Amino acid sequence: MFDISPTEWIAIQLSLRVAVIATLVATPIGIGVAWLLARRNFWGKPVLDALIHLPLVLPPVVTGYLLLLTFGRRGLVGAWLADHLGIVFAFRWTGAALACGVMSFPLLVRPIRLSIEAVDRRLEQAASTLGAAPWRVFSTVTLPLALPGVLAGMVLGFAKAIGEFGATITFVSNIPGETQTISSAIYSLIQTPDGDTAALRLVIVSVVIAMAALIAAEVFARRATQRLHGN
Amino acid sequence: MLRVEVFKQLGGFAVDANFTSEGRVTGLFGSSGAGKTSLVNMIAGLLKPDRGIIAIDGEVLDDTAAGLHVAAHRRRIGYVFQDARLFPHFNVRQNLDYGRRMNALARDAASEGRIVDLLDIGHLLDRRPGKLSGGERQRVALGRALLAQPRLLLLDEPLGSLDEERKTEILPYLIRLRDETGVPMVYVSHDPDELRQLASQIVILKRGRVAAFGGAEVLGQSGA
Repeated sequence: MFDISPTEWIAIQLSLRVAVIATLVATPIGIGVAWLLARRNFWGKPVLDALIHLPLVLPPVVTGYLLLLTFGRRGLVGAWLADHLGIVFAFRWTGAALACGVMSFPLLVRPIRLSIEAVDRRLEQAASTLGAAPWRVFSTVTLPLALPGVLAGMVLGFAKAIGEFGATITFVSNIPGETQTISSAIYSLIQTPDGDTAALRLVIVSVVIAMAALIAAEVFARRATQRLHGN
Repeated sequence: MLRVEVFKQLGGFAVDANFTSEGRVTGLFGSSGAGKTSLVNMIAGLLKPDRGIIAIDGEVLDDTAAGLHVAAHRRRIGYVFQDARLFPHFNVRQNLDYGRRMNALARDAASEGRIVDLLDIGHLLDRRPGKLSGGERQRVALGRALLAQPRLLLLDEPLGSLDEERKTEILPYLIRLRDETGVPMVYVSHDPDELRQLASQIVILKRGRVAAFGGAEVLGQSGA
């Protein structure tokens, strides 16, 4: 029962790689977007907000198909990236990371935005009277105080990325060793006669990963909150 | 010398104040809602006047006619808020050092030590703001503002959130600051006694306008 096969190992490793890369790339972008939404008023803000949340409400298949149309080999952006920068997303693990990043983005942004909104603007004012330029106010006051939210967003995003299925399989298919994540491996195993035991193993693995991430998030958040409450 | 000629509409209320003060400590007196904090925020650069001029020692910081507005972080004007506003994620030492870091000033152990001694905060350096009393917090806030080497220090009711006992504890520190540091101050208060002890020139603000300007004697005239 607990004898994990090489194919399953590859799927587990791939899932972790995809989710880690997706989270690490999405986090700085997410912090920037969260800051814009929390602190700035600009034309088109409701549109940006809706656009970010779109993957949350669209069927994942639709998001995956839109990614295929945009970032596929013949897609508008995909063709350009492939020709000029040699970056290919379609049917590659990088495409899986892109799909996971897009799907988890709303979950990543939301806690960061809320925690930035919760930072006392009067502290930011105090920092500026002490000579801090706006970006230094952000890096020395706003961001450190919003850190629990950033960590919460990263963990939620990571958890979503590791479980993503619909958009990923639509965009990059289900190729063992390249784009077959835990979710798509489980899906394949369920379709296969005698695949039940292997499927169950991967189910347990994904539960363990998810639990570990959630517990880690809780511990980080508690430590960060303690640190920031000035005690 | 501080020159203020500003107009700012704030909802149904307007601040419309003109004065030029030569005093070491300019007292800004008025009841709550008189526009004291808005005026001080304009001097600090946190609030932009609709019309007018703000200048310190001949250097113009705001001139709406010329489209000039120097950002708060470039003004070198210290600000001590009523609610201290210490950074909760830094200890006292890091709070005190913040202005020096942001202005890329050289470390000056002598003046640091002098201000820490002046304010009696040497024993608090490793504590977090959450572990300080209201009076200690306000002293650290004073030190933090001074160590950024401001050319003007704004104090917006620095004793406002303290009880009577704490007020009499802090007031001597403020008098020492006035006498031992060369930094000119604008001291906001609704307490005439505080201003009599500290300020050399008084601006009385009523409903956003300057009702009286002069020495400490104007406090008496206004019936305060």
